[in-house]
Amino acid sequence: MTSRSAAPPWWRNRRYLPWLVQGVVALAVGVVVAFLLTNLLLNLTARGLLLSWSWLGQPAGFDLAETILPFDASLPYWRAMLAGLVNTLRVVIAGLVGATVLGTLIGTASFSSNGLLRGLARVYVEVIRNIPLLLQLIFWYFVVFLALPNGTDAIQLPGLVLAKSGLFLGDPQLVNGVWQAPLRFTVEFGALLTGLVVYTAAFIAEVVRGGIASVPKGQWEAASSLGFAPLLTLRRIVLPQALRVIVPGLNSQYISLAKNSSLAVACGFTDLYSVSETTLNQTGRAVEVMLILLGSYLVIDLVISALMNGLNGLVQLKER
Amino acid sequence: MAPAPPATLRPGPWQWLRRELFGSRLDGLISIALLGFLVAAALGLAKWAIFQAQWTVISANSTLFAVGRYPLEQQWRLWLLTTLLALATGLSWGLLRALPRSGSSGPPPILWPRNDRWAAAILVLLALWRPLALQLTLAIQLRWWAITALLLLARWAAGRWGQALPPLVRRLIPLIWPLLYLVGMVLISGGLGLVQVAPSDWGGLLLTLLMATFAILLCFPLGVLLALGRRSNLPLLRWGSLLYIEFIRGAPLITLLFLGQNILGFLLPGGLAPDRVWRAAWVLTFFAAAYVAEAVRSGLAAVPAGQLEAARSLGLSMPFALIHVVLPQAMRVALPATVGQFITLLQDTTLLSLIGLLDLLGTARTVMANPAFLGRNAEVYLVLAVLFWCCCAALGLGSRALETRLNPNLAPSR
Repeated sequence: MTSRSAAPPWWRNRRYLPWLVQGVVALAVGVVVAFLLTNLLLNLTARGLLLSWSWLGQPAGFDLAETILPFDASLPYWRAMLAGLVNTLRVVIAGLVGATVLGTLIGTASFSSNGLLRGLARVYVEVIRNIPLLLQLIFWYFVVFLALPNGTDAIQLPGLVLAKSGLFLGDPQLVNGVWQAPLRFTVEFGALLTGLVVYTAAFIAEVVRGGIASVPKGQWEAASSLGFAPLLTLRRIVLPQALRVIVPGLNSQYISLAKNSSLAVACGFTDLYSVSETTLNQTGRAVEVMLILLGSYLVIDLVISALMNGLNGLVQLKER
Repeated sequence: MAPAPPATLRPGPWQWLRRELFGSRLDGLISIALLGFLVAAALGLAKWAIFQAQWTVISANSTLFAVGRYPLEQQWRLWLLTTLLALATGLSWGLLRALPRSGSSGPPPILWPRNDRWAAAILVLLALWRPLALQLTLAIQLRWWAITALLLLARWAAGRWGQALPPLVRRLIPLIWPLLYLVGMVLISGGLGLVQVAPSDWGGLLLTLLMATFAILLCFPLGVLLALGRRSNLPLLRWGSLLYIEFIRGAPLITLLFLGQNILGFLLPGGLAPDRVWRAAWVLTFFAAAYVAEAVRSGLAAVPAGQLEAARSLGLSMPFALIHVVLPQAMRVALPATVGQFITLLQDTTLLSLIGLLDLLGTARTVMANPAFLGRNAEVYLVLAVLFWCCCAALGLGSRALETRLNPNLAPSR
């Protein structure tokens, strides 16, 4: 160790060291970023692709298989991307609801008094979590949904028909061998939604299980000694306390569901990512398309985070 | 999946079964319904697997699934690599079983799950069954048997004589792994006198494992640096790391892979941009680093601030204190979450198939496009799912074993 009298060299002086370290890092990062941006500008100028947004107004020239917003090939690119965004939002919202319901059921099933049910909940989580989502989506689409029968062989329940051409709700009719109904979901949407729900539910089940396990056992015992039935205990005593642990965990699962919805391209659903891919291939506007794509997902993530933070504020313990 | 009868493992199986399955009337109804469902599902699956499924699609394409379009005359390099890997695995396995944890005295603590004989038995069964199931030629079958025998022999030898090794040699043995990785890279890609094999010719399980190990090895140090940066007192480092981590975590991996394929060419001067396979590997690495950083950060948060202060006041320099005092404690806490990220990373390699690379899933999709195997989706994807499940479950088990080994509070028992 240096003695107190000898001043350390300037590069080990505690007063300058932080600035020195930050200066070196800033210089390194700055040089790399400047290098990349210069190249980007040079390369884009060379190919005549400098940043511009006017192409968004040109007609798209491709059709989308399934949209809520009316869309055809003569409409501009921005309408195509908007339709894709709406499709993404549709599957994300439906997925959030479905995964939450299924995940909560499975998470609470691991506290059942029935040993078989507990075991099955465990097996579900372990099987689903260790298989890649993309593989599951492809499995649902190609193996399950595309193998559905069509026409009169379709699965028919009162008010509901499930066929290869889609899921029909609300009094479906067979017209010339083709099912028609006021409400139709395609199998692409069905496969994506099923895959996302089944996959995310496994993670949500773990979050719910952890939340319920965090409630002291005495709470169960106190409730049952007051004469509460098990289900009532769960609903009125345990879940409200468990929610404080569950909600922050749900937040990250919801965000990963939103991001995972971009795998829609694997089962032929036209979400934001798949429209962007087509747009990029047609226009070559890589930088602009990537900016829109990344920006959109960032906004979706932020919205989910904001909503969940609001919910978190509601369920946290209010100390008086 | 048939319910395993755990009843035989405990005393009073009938009472146990009755309490667990028929505790109340509702429980009984649920049990009967679930049992009926399970039996029906198992029967349906068995019927499909035996009568309807055509497994030739797997056996006919087993080489494609394993190594993709790796040139046939160069495949001896992969066999050599597999042999070396088996040897190294056997050695490490045997040593881990035989050696006490460094610094511990008294009775040897539980170092390793005792039931690793089961793992060895499963390995032997797999080695015996797999070549038959895949209908490999006798020559290849013999090679697999020889490799398995070598692995078990190395395990046995290391367990037998491992303790007699001088401590210096024991310390150097873990170094065979990084060395083996470099040797493996050379063997796979060529160079140093070997014929070059372009990355576009790698495929199947080879590409999947290569991408996963490459990204895991590199994302870990990057993630630790990012986590340290995010908890640093220096505002520039903190904000820089925060910006990077949040940007990466806000974007779906597929868009980043897409960005790597389409924009990296613009960012680098012409000709400098790496091959498509390596671009994807780097994107995977930088992607996973942000997630690993969050896992490590949770570990860092668990180390009391007094540890760093004490180390600093003893005169240790900042890097020294971080490496020798803070990080070892933080990593012990962060281990499960970090391995969880590695498992996710292994699963995420399937996304390479979406940008046109021939990883395991990409190979499967090309096989499906072959008219000879049309409609054999279920067989192929089921096998892939089992394969991924085994890899991920093995990683998870390994992580739990390591946790036990690293836990200083675990009293040495037995």
